Amino acid sequence: MKIKLIRSAFVFTALLAPLVGVGGALAESTIKIVSSLPRTGSANAQTTSMVNGIKMAIADVGGKIGDATIVYEDWDDASPQRGNWDPAVEAANADKAISDELVLAYIGTYNSGASKISMPKLNAAGLVMVSPANTAPSLTKQGFGEQNEPAVYRPSGKISYFRVVPTDDVQGAVAADYAKDIGSKKVFVLNDREVYGKGVAAVFEKRAKDIGLEVVGTDGIDTKASNYKSIVTKIKQSGADLVYFGGTTQTNAGQLAKDIVSGGLKAKFMVPDGCYEQAFIEAAGSRALEGRAFITFGGEDPKKLQGKGKEFYESYKKTYGGEPEGYAVYGYEAAKVVLSAMERLSKAGTPLTRESVRAEVAKTKDFVGALGTWSFDENGDTTNRTMSVNGVKDGEFEELKVVK
Amino acid sequence: MTETEVFMQQVIYGLSNGMIIALVALGYTMVYGIVELINFAHGDVFTLGGFLTLTIVGALGAAAIIDPANLGDSSHWLLLFALVIGAGIFCGGLNVAIDRVVYKPLRRAPKLTQLVAAIGVSFILVNLALFWGGAPMEVFGGGNAAAASKDFPELLEGRNLLGEDSNVVLRLEDVSIFIITIPLMIALTVFVKATRLGRGMRATAQNPVAAKLMGIDTDRVIAATFMIGGFLGGAASVMWSLYNNTISFQMGFRAGMDAFTAAVLGGIGSMPGAMVGGVLIGLIRAMSDQYIETRWTNVVVFGVLILILIFRPSGLLGLKQREKV
Repeated sequence: MKIKLIRSAFVFTALLAPLVGVGGALAESTIKIVSSLPRTGSANAQTTSMVNGIKMAIADVGGKIGDATIVYEDWDDASPQRGNWDPAVEAANADKAISDELVLAYIGTYNSGASKISMPKLNAAGLVMVSPANTAPSLTKQGFGEQNEPAVYRPSGKISYFRVVPTDDVQGAVAADYAKDIGSKKVFVLNDREVYGKGVAAVFEKRAKDIGLEVVGTDGIDTKASNYKSIVTKIKQSGADLVYFGGTTQTNAGQLAKDIVSGGLKAKFMVPDGCYEQAFIEAAGSRALEGRAFITFGGEDPKKLQGKGKEFYESYKKTYGGEPEGYAVYGYEAAKVVLSAMERLSKAGTPLTRESVRAEVAKTKDFVGALGTWSFDENGDTTNRTMSVNGVKDGEFEELKVVK
Repeated sequence: MTETEVFMQQVIYGLSNGMIIALVALGYTMVYGIVELINFAHGDVFTLGGFLTLTIVGALGAAAIIDPANLGDSSHWLLLFALVIGAGIFCGGLNVAIDRVVYKPLRRAPKLTQLVAAIGVSFILVNLALFWGGAPMEVFGGGNAAAASKDFPELLEGRNLLGEDSNVVLRLEDVSIFIITIPLMIALTVFVKATRLGRGMRATAQNPVAAKLMGIDTDRVIAATFMIGGFLGGAASVMWSLYNNTISFQMGFRAGMDAFTAAVLGGIGSMPGAMVGGVLIGLIRAMSDQYIETRWTNVVVFGVLILILIFRPSGLLGLKQREKV
């Protein structure tokens, strides 16, 4: 027993050695920032847009923090087998980032379910993680998910996960309010049985009941089913005049929209920001969406951004020659908030380590960015609460209402 | 909607989905009946059929053909039959080629080797579909997102045949599935029962060695089986694309799983079994979505499968097979 203890002490020291080396390696003036976003599957267009945003933020600081050069790597967290984010790939990305001592910031993920996998790993390693797109409240707040959430994501006890996008407790409520505004009385709530979709559908359902809408049914769909004609019939029977689906383009929102039309259901269709991408319109075909689909989004149409956001929009179009997807500006903002924390440290002469960067990002207050002026609260969430409701017209999103 | 209307509607959807599953299931069951191989690549051959269909539709993309105003005239039916035959021949040929290149050299190898080879072929085909999805055509979304689901244009008029006021919806898509599937099944049954090649197939299924000794060219019989199985899969892929208006590189996974389940449920190796099994699975799915909950549908389907296998281990219409390992 004693020998075993001594031996494990040796092993432990041996394992520690490379960690001690971290300080030395950082002096070699290279900083790595990585992103883990879905590159395989229909979310790719959205991801390209976010990655462009990240690159623009890095270009803004001239690719350098002090004397250190920034190296950015764009990682994929999806797999062809799933055509969507893959838990195994996301876990591997987190491990890879942790083991590469030059990595000082991890930008990701797109899907809240993926963050569940990487958050505890990165937190234990003290590596700061900023998500441009996760909206599930349970990742940072108590009372929205399991009993042990969000503590289970913070094994070190410190906050290392931040997000620049408003969460679904805001989004679901805005959606329900809007449903009432457009005269809906009976709603049927579906979800895709993923962290994000289930979460936002639950908030919608609760809010809908609170403001007097009748919830005539709920169900979780099979995201790999070939069609949803049978469930559409069930909805038709329930007399619902609005169908809310907590899900994403990748979890078959497009097929559902089509089957609502082909099944002769004359209800409106409402989806959250996971569908706020051109790929959703392509998957559903705009004929199934025009005039009957409503998409909520934690922000505004990029075209309508003001101040620094407007500068971003114009510079994006100039650099990449196309319209940014909805989340491009969030990719930009996520990178920007990390970089500005690093710059503050560098100016103050504090060495850049995983811990110093994490602590500095947490201090972000009254940050003047492309999304307005906002701060991170004690949970690591943004104080920004801007939401919009969008429709579809001529194959493109059209902003119908903004709630601040 | 009244209860009866709801039930009628679910029967229509169940039958439509079930017929498509049955067509794919025939491909599994025929191949299994002859060479005792579970051809896991069959679902992915089906996927490629869907991709070929969309490619042809995209290439013909002249407004005259896909113009919504013209939907429903006879040229569409002609196009539909041409697509079924085109995709059928393509998938059949592909199936035969796979057999020639991969399965044939392994015919005497242990069953497990053949099974793993089939899974390998399945992976190759999935990735081929993924590659195909990046084709630079307008119907493929310009080729920007290979893995994204592709919108399949509506080739049939979407009008409700029971009248716009009717609560029960019956569209040409549903009808076209019956119009194409039922004759195919009848033709297949007649072919197997009444033709020389069909008799050869039955003989080979019963005892390949004896069949060979009797002068039946078993290699030719096997190739014909793969051809017919593939043809039905290809026809099913056209119906599927038309019915769901979406194709994706993963469509064969679910369709293949449903079809395989149907084949086992009906008794693998039995052709009427596959037809009954497919329709039954379609109906169970629809009824479970309606009367239980969608989230439980897969549980219900496989629960029924297990129950049936407990009481009839060789499936609903399966015969007691001789032990042959």
